[in-house]
Amino acid sequence: MKEIKVLGTGCANCKNTIALIEQVAQAKGVGVSIQKVEDIKDIMSHGVMSTPGVVVDGKVVHAGGVPSRDKIEHWLSQ
Amino acid sequence: MNTLSLRWPQRNPKVFLILAILVWWGLYETLIPLSEAVVAALPVERDSHLGGALQFFFYDTPKVLLLLTGIVFVMGMVNSYFTPERTRALLVGRREGVANVMAASLGVVTPFCSCSAVPLFIGFLQAGVPLGVTFSFLIAAPMVNEVALTLLFGLFGGTVALLYLSLGLSIAIVAGWVIGRLKMEAHLEDWVRDMPRVSAQFDQGGMSLGERIDAGFRSVREIVGKVWPYILAGIAIGAGIHGYVPEAFMASIMGKDAWWAVPLAVVIGVPMYTNAAGVIPIVQALLAKGAALGTVLAFMMSVIALSLPEMVILRKVLKIRLIATFAGVVATGILIVGYVFNWVL
Repeated sequence: MKEIKVLGTGCANCKNTIALIEQVAQAKGVGVSIQKVEDIKDIMSHGVMSTPGVVVDGKVVHAGGVPSRDKIEHWLSQ
Repeated sequence: MNTLSLRWPQRNPKVFLILAILVWWGLYETLIPLSEAVVAALPVERDSHLGGALQFFFYDTPKVLLLLTGIVFVMGMVNSYFTPERTRALLVGRREGVANVMAASLGVVTPFCSCSAVPLFIGFLQAGVPLGVTFSFLIAAPMVNEVALTLLFGLFGGTVALLYLSLGLSIAIVAGWVIGRLKMEAHLEDWVRDMPRVSAQFDQGGMSLGERIDAGFRSVREIVGKVWPYILAGIAIGAGIHGYVPEAFMASIMGKDAWWAVPLAVVIGVPMYTNAAGVIPIVQALLAKGAALGTVLAFMMSVIALSLPEMVILRKVLKIRLIATFAGVVATGILIVGYVFNWVL
């Protein structure tokens, strides 16, 4: 089970990111728990400057823009 | 999706770029005569109201969209060199003044989305970038962007685009510098001031040319995919104005002689929240009907640079007084630009 957090103040790109991660996880049959982090203080505590950011198992792996499908597949297969 | 077509530009990035430039150029050269032929073939009088409107629409839409696709692609590649983290590292420890100029210029090439404004703002301050310098970046980034510049270039020509670029940068530099001099750090929200300092270190994995091409495609999908309806709507309204509003109608309302036109344009512009894509085609049509360039530029800048929703977002990190100062300083800059233009031209 992967713990994934998506950091973002609720813009369209953040929603797209969550949808895409869910889609890829389902396609690969990997169990994920996705948490939306929308509070600005919590977002900043991860040291991310551009949203959406993605945190996988406590580590920031992406910041700024919707991540590519390849990237997501890579995170989930680790 | 077809993976072969996706992988090919990645594997042969240089060949792809050369081919892309040739295809784009070929399209650009054939589109203009083509759209003229389309208008000529339409069963309407060229000199009629409808003819004038259609001509504007069919002539400008393909031109602007093609220019935009090309430039957004190139900027997507350029953006991949300037992540916010790198920009921040470049700004830390510079003398104010120099740093304001750099921040405003970097604001043009660093990818920026208004939903990231707050995290960026805090991230800069946390690393020790001065408040005024941060503002220079934050004013320039949304106001001087590739979409606005492309539309200005496509609809008004190079001179106006260049003027917009240099004036937009000047406003960002001066406004940021003034805010820095006012020593308003106390008017940040308390939790922002108490944030732990972070270092401006960044680890940037190198990117191959193929990945940058990918970034170019992505920004075309994201930006052009988002703004084309605004452009179509803007050009359609502009076309309506071109065809139906009488010549020199705007001269009385937005002309040079009306001293109150510039402030009025700013006041109307601030609460409007649309992007450059929608507003520029309309503005071009107004200009053709006798509105003064300074007034029109002031309107455009206030629509793009100062918006109520943005201030609501900034309220999370700034106290009212600092927001008011920010809006006041930028609005003053825009007013000066408007008057100077009306006076000089």
